[in-house]
Amino acid sequence: MHQVVSSDELQVAPRATPNRLVRGWYLLTKRARSPTPYLTAFGILLWVFVYWLLCEGLKLPRFVKLPGPITVLSEWLSPHPQQGISIFTPEYYLHIYISCRRIFIAFCIATSIGVPLGLVMGWSRTFRDYTFPILETLRPIPILAWVPLAILMFSGYETPVIFLATLASVFVTTLNTMLGVQSIDEAYFRAAGCLGSSRWDVFRHVVVPGALPFIFTGLQISVGVAWFSLVAAEMVSGDFGLGYLILSSYMNGVTVPMVIAMLTLGFVGWFTSAMVRFVGNRLMQWHARALALQGR
Amino acid sequence: MKHADMSLEFNGSSSMPTPGALTIRDVVKIYDPEGVNIMAVDHCSMKITPGEFCMIVGPSGCGKTTLLNAIAGFHSITSGEIFLDGKLLCGPGKPIAAQGADRIVVFQNGALFPWKTLAENVAYGPMVQGVLSKRNALEKAHEMLAEAGLGEFGGKYPGEVSSGMARRAEIVRALINKPKVLLLDEPYRAMDGLTKSIMHEALLEVYDRTKVTIFFITHDLEEAIFLGDRVYVLTTRPCRLKKVVNVDIPRPRNYEVLSSEQFRLLIEETRDAVHEEAIKAFQLGERELA
Repeated sequence: MHQVVSSDELQVAPRATPNRLVRGWYLLTKRARSPTPYLTAFGILLWVFVYWLLCEGLKLPRFVKLPGPITVLSEWLSPHPQQGISIFTPEYYLHIYISCRRIFIAFCIATSIGVPLGLVMGWSRTFRDYTFPILETLRPIPILAWVPLAILMFSGYETPVIFLATLASVFVTTLNTMLGVQSIDEAYFRAAGCLGSSRWDVFRHVVVPGALPFIFTGLQISVGVAWFSLVAAEMVSGDFGLGYLILSSYMNGVTVPMVIAMLTLGFVGWFTSAMVRFVGNRLMQWHARALALQGR
Repeated sequence: MKHADMSLEFNGSSSMPTPGALTIRDVVKIYDPEGVNIMAVDHCSMKITPGEFCMIVGPSGCGKTTLLNAIAGFHSITSGEIFLDGKLLCGPGKPIAAQGADRIVVFQNGALFPWKTLAENVAYGPMVQGVLSKRNALEKAHEMLAEAGLGEFGGKYPGEVSSGMARRAEIVRALINKPKVLLLDEPYRAMDGLTKSIMHEALLEVYDRTKVTIFFITHDLEEAIFLGDRVYVLTTRPCRLKKVVNVDIPRPRNYEVLSSEQFRLLIEETRDAVHEEAIKAFQLGERELA
């Protein structure tokens, strides 16, 4: 039953900024009342169940060689894994560490090349005219096609792998940064001009912050791209790393570490994009707050 | 000697009302987007006196904004001259005016930098011009925001305040530079009537305080007569001056003006001219030019 309440009866507490704890609790309970967490949990269970059904429940012909979820999980958590890899073996962490270190280096190099390059490309028409055709020609070349070149150019295992991961990221970062600069509303440039900015002021106060949302979207994609080119590179040339683990397990006929490495890749990759997102939100308070006000 | 001159000039500009005589003489603007010349402005002339609240009224796409862009230095003109206080802004041999803080634009959709707080936005001009240090500029910004009734919002980002407040902050961002001319391009177009009326009163208050020359573009006739000293009605494209109406309603003005007989008569005097052009523009049916 709806009841009309007169404005005198309706008591509204004076608006005060709630403290972090109260607000956090409120948001948590609000989330708990929404269907999202339950649907997510159900969705995950459903997928795992389907996976189980295919491999272990029904043992369908195509899936018979694959390890099912129970096999994988019990091996993954076992202190004495039969196939060599679990959360208790130091080797597992070595693979993760090596891959993460490569990603970190590649991502740092790619960002420090891609962001400035993209900013200048978006900002200066002349520079864009010079560089864009080359970028657009190199960008569609699949990263695997670069492998022979990387091996010819660099010696050892480490540098070619990092080179390949960097290369893939650079293109994504550059392109997104450039689009970010181009997406900035002309009015901001004009306003900056009216207010007496020099060209350098415009770059510092309009171009860079204005492109930042795009840059961070680009960086999230770039870190993902770095992961999959890294794994491809590790499969071709490598001595350690998750990509190497996947391929070498397959070669040795042990399938469980293969799946463990795949799932680990998924989680680590997710974690790295979340980190980029987190840094982005910290740097762009204005953007985060505006999105929060829209209820996103 | 030079030093003495400078100080004299400084005293002169602070005690006397801000200058800001804007002379537009025979300005022509031809756009050429696809090899077909389109005349946006055709020999348009205006003489705006210092401290005048001047309202430019014309149908959408008539070339009002083209004029504003020429004054602000965003676009070139094809021929004619524009002077500010006797100094050539643009004209023969100088098709595009240099952008500068003596003419500041308040944009149609607002152009506060969303990545800066209101105070940082206001402090931006003096800071980049090197007039004030960053700290002093921010202090001054907070002061001026407080004067405009936005004291508690200085630390907020534009995305967090209402559009009305953002627009007011944008005007403060312009005024902190002591511009000679304030150029407003339909700043209240997207606002609802109630917000608009509050914005009008705030702008009138600012004008009464600063007496800065205002070049205000609108297509709302009531707004034009309520705010302005003089209303310039422009023809549809190509844009020419059609009619000038002097609004001698005394200042300070408030909302009671709207129901006065004088106001009604002024509307009547202007309406036909505006309406005629609106019909022409509608029949032309062309897309608006930037």
